Amino acid sequence: MSLHEVFAACRAEDRAALIGYLPAGYPTVEGSKELLAGMLAGTDDAPGCDVVEVGVPFSDPVIDGPTIQAAGDVALRAGFRIRDLFDVVSSVADAGKHAVVMTYWNPVHQYGPDAFARDLAAAGGLGVITPDLVPDEADDWMSASEAHGVDRIFLVAPSSTEQRLAMTAKASSGFVYATSVMGVTGARDTVGDQAEGLVRRTRAHTDLPIGVGLGVRSGEQAAQVAKFADGVIVGSAFINRAEQDGPAGVREIAAELGRGVRSR
Amino acid sequence: MATVHDAQHDRAHRPGRPVPEGHDPDERGHFGPYGGRFMPEALIAAQDELAAEYEKAQLDPEFVDELARLLREYAGRPSLLTEAKRFGERAGGARILLKREDLNHTGSHKINNVLGQALLVKRMGKRRVIAETGAGQHGVATATACALLDLDCVIYMGKVDTERQALNVARMRLLGAEVRPVANGSATLKDAINEALRDWVANVEDTHYLLGTAAGAHPFPVMVRNFHKIIGEEAREQSLAQFGGLPDAVVACVGGGSNAIGIFHGFIDDPGVRLVGCEPAGHGLDSGEHGATLTKGTPGTLHGARSYLLQDEDGQITEAYSISAGLDYPGVGPEHSYLKDAGRAEYVAVTDDEAMQAFRLLSRTEGIIPAIESAHALAGALRLGRELGPDATLLVSLSGRGDKDMDTAAKYFGLVDESGEPVADDADGEAER
Repeated sequence: MSLHEVFAACRAEDRAALIGYLPAGYPTVEGSKELLAGMLAGTDDAPGCDVVEVGVPFSDPVIDGPTIQAAGDVALRAGFRIRDLFDVVSSVADAGKHAVVMTYWNPVHQYGPDAFARDLAAAGGLGVITPDLVPDEADDWMSASEAHGVDRIFLVAPSSTEQRLAMTAKASSGFVYATSVMGVTGARDTVGDQAEGLVRRTRAHTDLPIGVGLGVRSGEQAAQVAKFADGVIVGSAFINRAEQDGPAGVREIAAELGRGVRSR
Repeated sequence: MATVHDAQHDRAHRPGRPVPEGHDPDERGHFGPYGGRFMPEALIAAQDELAAEYEKAQLDPEFVDELARLLREYAGRPSLLTEAKRFGERAGGARILLKREDLNHTGSHKINNVLGQALLVKRMGKRRVIAETGAGQHGVATATACALLDLDCVIYMGKVDTERQALNVARMRLLGAEVRPVANGSATLKDAINEALRDWVANVEDTHYLLGTAAGAHPFPVMVRNFHKIIGEEAREQSLAQFGGLPDAVVACVGGGSNAIGIFHGFIDDPGVRLVGCEPAGHGLDSGEHGATLTKGTPGTLHGARSYLLQDEDGQITEAYSISAGLDYPGVGPEHSYLKDAGRAEYVAVTDDEAMQAFRLLSRTEGIIPAIESAHALAGALRLGRELGPDATLLVSLSGRGDKDMDTAAKYFGLVDESGEPVADDADGEAER
């Protein structure tokens, strides 16, 4: 199933998709597979994520807040290597579930964009979110992702001009990632009020689904975002629960958020 | 005594190659394959605004005149060109000319760039400035410009660096800046940059990130270079006027590379003048503890631009090390990467020990205590002078003064004990004279 089909299926149920983020290798490579499986499963009475974003731990995560940075550090200290990423993605795909990768550009640049797209596709990964690669600099990535059939998910921000929204939406496939607030990742008490406006502005330029991320942490907030977005992206909240309660806690918060995206 | 050569002098031993074409990056900020903008979309609008405002300001006589006035009446430009005769005797008898950026207000070349950017901040109508600093030179310069121009100022500094440079932290606070120590990662310059970038993403509407070196996303590398070009332009004129010719080589230290790119640009169209950048080799190039990005690094993307980096095979950025807090940065300005590949500039690496020997030598032969950053360039000049002999004339960028480094130097030479008390005379071993 492609990302397009995942979003179409959610749309058929008249709901938004739930997309959960976790760094690969957190707290260990095997541990991250278990957490991701829990995020996708949810609990017996409520389903969890439709898609997981598998993060690539990076030494210098400039757009991540303290929660994700700390989790990435744990993974790196535990010996995470890029080759482990493909192993983690495979574990999701082999279970019949859907994974995209979120990564800063340097690890891809160093691996080689073509080799990265090839190996990700072989592992069953559907797409890549690139928080510090804008389409202006993405010539290599456009051709590599095209060649291997991997979706390119670029970000738009409240500060993006109309011209950049159009350009970024055109360069994207799978979905467009709208950052709900001007700021770094991290759970917040309120979802930025700029999110809805940004989705509306982006919608004018594309038929692609639009996912909203940065700041969502509760079922209530997920429901609120699901009213105007095609996908609700949650990261730090999963890490916080994983840290406190392990896989069981992750299943619970996945279920809570899953109910949220279904209650719009 | 060394004789001064002119630009047309035949230097068959090592002709510099011309820069391929033009000196400015393309409209997207690329110097060949380097530079560009590898940054979150949230910041692109601010970079576009900055680039547009900078373009306009460069053509606005009011801006140009105001900056020139501040540099003259506030920063103390032009800085002197001083011949270091006794130091030169130790450098194979070469003639050594020091471009005295240490005499600028705040004690380093950094003031050139911060005054330029702070004036731009005023033009853009922003009120808040953030900056990062390693050794503290850029932080002090930024805090100074913000005090002068009435701007709010927050300085990010690695926690390790706040300890190494406690006096500079006090200076910044006295000047009204807020200093935020950063404990993440290696708690040095790159982590301070990461933290400043996060602040910027969250506050970009009213905040300017006053980058301290000729690195980062377009237009920073070209803009910071242009604010520092005055170092090389003055030095070129002074070389001709005071010494009747151009130097054989221009030598400067390279961390991010702002003073080096500034002085190099005065001579970039003089193919007879070698451009030599001195990177920190720390405990040695094979020790794993160094900051020699161009010598030992590979191309990658960090902090907004493609350039040479210290990284592992997975693209994780590795920690740089230097005895100088101002040089332990795992990246470098993209134009240096370009000049290296083009062969127009050469980059060599200088260990902590070589730099500290040069530090002490300049202090004792000339009565000038240099910044440890600048001491790397001095060590490079000692090597080059001994190689080229007494006919050579070397221009060295003395990018800053060493007051801020006294704590490090006193410990290095054993001039103070563990508790910071002075120890008996002659404790620093055999006199280097």
